[in-house]
Amino acid sequence: MTDLTNLTIAQALRGLNNKEFTAVELTQAHIDTIKENKALNTFITETPELALKQASESDKRRTSGNVRALDGIPLAIKDLFCTNGVQTTAASRILDGFIPQYESTVTQKLFNDGAVMLGKTNLDEFAMGSSNTTSFYGNVTNPWKRSDDDCDLVPGGSSGGSAAAVSARLCMGATGTDTGGSIRQPASFCGITGFKPTYGRCSRWGTIAFASSLDQAGTFARTVEDNALLLRSMSGYDPKDSTSAQKDVPDFVSVLGSNIKGKTIGIPKEYQVEGMPEEIAKLWQQGIEWMKEAGANTIEVSLPHTHHALATYYIIAPAEASSNLARYDGVRYGHRANQDVLRDMYEFTRAEGFGDEVKRRIMIGTYALSSGYYDAYYIKAQKVRRLIANDFIKAFEKCDALLTPTAPSAAFAIGENEDDPIKMYLNDVFTVPASLAGLPGISVPAGKDTQGLPLGLQVIGKPWDEEMVFRVADVIEGMAQFDSIPQTLKRKAA
Amino acid sequence: MSLDTKTVKKVASLAHIHMEDDELKVRAEQLSKIIGFVEQLSEVDTDNVEPLANVGDITLHLREDVINDGKCPEKVLKNAPEETQDYFVVPKVVE
Repeated sequence: MTDLTNLTIAQALRGLNNKEFTAVELTQAHIDTIKENKALNTFITETPELALKQASESDKRRTSGNVRALDGIPLAIKDLFCTNGVQTTAASRILDGFIPQYESTVTQKLFNDGAVMLGKTNLDEFAMGSSNTTSFYGNVTNPWKRSDDDCDLVPGGSSGGSAAAVSARLCMGATGTDTGGSIRQPASFCGITGFKPTYGRCSRWGTIAFASSLDQAGTFARTVEDNALLLRSMSGYDPKDSTSAQKDVPDFVSVLGSNIKGKTIGIPKEYQVEGMPEEIAKLWQQGIEWMKEAGANTIEVSLPHTHHALATYYIIAPAEASSNLARYDGVRYGHRANQDVLRDMYEFTRAEGFGDEVKRRIMIGTYALSSGYYDAYYIKAQKVRRLIANDFIKAFEKCDALLTPTAPSAAFAIGENEDDPIKMYLNDVFTVPASLAGLPGISVPAGKDTQGLPLGLQVIGKPWDEEMVFRVADVIEGMAQFDSIPQTLKRKAA
Repeated sequence: MSLDTKTVKKVASLAHIHMEDDELKVRAEQLSKIIGFVEQLSEVDTDNVEPLANVGDITLHLREDVINDGKCPEKVLKNAPEETQDYFVVPKVVE
């Protein structure tokens, strides 16, 4: 960590504009920090040469007075976004060595606004996981550690590399994708802020598909404002994605600093799940107090189908995944098994190329979609999904946003929760319902547990009302005064 | 409901994933557990509920039926495991 790498994006933009440092210097500082932190395994592919080239072009633009919104800001890109000429793997062996010949819309928009790409970050294979332990390229380590032991902790998942990289000051911000909590849960585990916008806000074009009706790109950064800056650049209509929304993108940053006086914040009673750690219940209560202090009203609301959300998700997401991942057959790209018979080539390619969790989900999805079970599982799950979405519509008749914990625990040790997939799936219990309803949500670091690990609060908003989510998150950030520097970095700096 | 290895073998075949017999057994256990978990949905009354396929209030838009892409065979074939004369090559399928 250096003075340059500890800046927020907003501060860095000011520093660049005031000529306190150049984009090349800012980028080099991050490249050096990445080198010193290889052990965290946050990147699958590093692109220092490309980054320095982009930074130097950025410096030229700044000199000529042609400055763009994110000019010179070094970012990390989740390795699920296709990047032209740069290996993109989805953390799977089946895509090892795959070099896209096109750019995803989200990354193109960031580059159009002058952003610099430091590399492609590690994730759970095909974004399937909550701990970043299913990657073909190995586990990511959380820069945070418990105060009373030296255990390596998971960064959460699936966007674990992005979250850990932002937390460890290896980049100023990062992209993520969120299908059931893959931005919000790792943001909570790594003590940073992560935003998942409304389904359809960011184009999915060029993002490797997991579950198409749920997948949504989003942002990671160390402040609410930085998330707003990044999201503004990433969002917008794209004719190449039929589910992308033809809606104007608001200036998310401009709503920050406005108050939430007189607004109503809903507290969903069904999120008080059995066995919730006392520290998380306490933090949630603290959040409610902060809302009141800020002049908002809080009311209890009911989302009665909440406890069926995980089961619904674990039919719909695998079903869509089994269909989306059918394309990996060894014919056009990616890994191909050495077999003489075509059918064997398909079957061995997929047996060798996919990891354990991905196979598990393809199998569940294939079963749920198979003849005789389709209505009982997939259609049934889609019906319950409507009930879950309706719960939110009803709740939002009475309130402007919802406040909940982000995850049911702090970061756990690598290897924990591995024995039982259901136990691992429970990590997403508070994030999955909003995903099923396509709603915008943020995780803001709000406090620490007794072992010094970060805990996040989640704010969920109405469809297309990212602005209210940012406003509430802004209040939490101001009240929490969270110290986002992991103690491992402080020790190094000392 | 628990899945037997015969069912799992059929699912693996539908999914085009090769699995040895000992793996089928492990998978049968795992899948049974997950299917057992998701079966709780049968408790939910969904009479007269329309399935939700598209969560957004977005209507799909049509574009003009024109060719707006293509003429880049070298890009299409760039990542091919095997290719020849602008074609992907696969193991022989006809005698």
